[in-house]
Amino acid sequence: MSEANNLQELKNIIEAALLTSHQPLSLEDLTRLFSEGIERPSLRMLLDELKLDWTERTLELVQVASGYRFQARQKFTPFLTRLNPEKQGKYSRALLETLAIIAYKQPVTRGDIEEIRGVAINPNLIRQLQERDWIDIVGQRDVPGRPSLYATTQHFLDDLNLLSLTELPEMQDFSALDNSALDFNLQG
Amino acid sequence: MIETPLNAKIKGEAFTELPLDLYIPPDALEVYLESFEGPLDLLLYLIRKHNLDILDIPMAELTRQYMQYVEKMHAIKLELAGDYLLMSAMMIEIKSRMLLPKPTEIESELDPRAELVRRLMEYEAIKLLAQQLDEMPKVGEDISVASAYYDHITLVKPPEVSLEDLAAAWRNVLKRASHYEHHKVGKAELSVREHMSIILRRLKTDKMVEFSELFDVVKDGIPKLVVCFLAILELAREGLLRITQQAAFSPIYVQSNS
Repeated sequence: MSEANNLQELKNIIEAALLTSHQPLSLEDLTRLFSEGIERPSLRMLLDELKLDWTERTLELVQVASGYRFQARQKFTPFLTRLNPEKQGKYSRALLETLAIIAYKQPVTRGDIEEIRGVAINPNLIRQLQERDWIDIVGQRDVPGRPSLYATTQHFLDDLNLLSLTELPEMQDFSALDNSALDFNLQG
Repeated sequence: MIETPLNAKIKGEAFTELPLDLYIPPDALEVYLESFEGPLDLLLYLIRKHNLDILDIPMAELTRQYMQYVEKMHAIKLELAGDYLLMSAMMIEIKSRMLLPKPTEIESELDPRAELVRRLMEYEAIKLLAQQLDEMPKVGEDISVASAYYDHITLVKPPEVSLEDLAAAWRNVLKRASHYEHHKVGKAELSVREHMSIILRRLKTDKMVEFSELFDVVKDGIPKLVVCFLAILELAREGLLRITQQAAFSPIYVQSNS
């Protein structure tokens, strides 16, 4: 098998790999395409070129937490979803709030989640999030009972089209409200 | 409050003033009960609905309003009430601490409501983020990941084998085969019954056949000849054919008995 000898051919190989992959491909994955390896800067350059090549096309090359992937441009979503009319049911508020707490306060225990939400949490909910591969257990807190610590996964970021947690919507910062700001009228 | 007189009657009496407390018709409660995610959610709802200042919560009013809901909940959904009852106890505690005279020397003492306010604000922030998470495009819903068809064949590298290993393996096969050679019990491939039918069919057309003609010594192997002979004997035993010989060493004839 003769190896690729020009940049166009290298780019084509990367493109074919990305188009046929079922999950995002990391730079490490892409390096493995070439028996003699490839320099990181070259690889990045080729990916940038590839991104540019597809700008006018139906697919776009995006980078998410676990690597690069091709996905349909958003404007096609209304049409594409018609192919699979059985839409996933809406997530419950309980699930979304639990997910938000884990995403923003990770790593957290069940107790932490219950404290913030003010209600006991249904164990099914945690399991549901784990089955979705959006959260997993990253350790145990060193307190009696050694409760599990939950965190969001890379898959969660991938599914939300994010490169890292920092891309999540910003949390409203109430810490600025220190006690002097809470100057209550005690007769209230 | 609007200063126009109310044209309403309750139990026959003219109702002239709007109630000053935060009134929600009890029937309306049921509609909302399901949608609250917990006591904090309910409190936030009450605060927002009545435009209360979250930094200066009128505890008495809020507690009264809150208790209405909880009682309703208690009536229809007992298992939910636990967390809610805990909150009402906490609220009453806050209110009673507020009523205590504040020792003037201790300037730094926190407002009894501070912790509740902190929790309400934290919860409200999370609630907002949960909504935002819900609205974000997700793979499988709003994001379609490209996946061109490709039969993901894993390249299997055949293991190396030396000529010596191969030779040894072959010797092994031969050795094992020799164990089986002499006591091989073959399955009967020739059916006596089948040959009985063949012979009877032949005798139907030819009526009388010379015994030796039933055997094709050139084409048939010994097993077949034996089976054929057994078939003739069996047919004779069952009285289906007759075997005759005029004299010693003269030709033997076989004929159907039917």
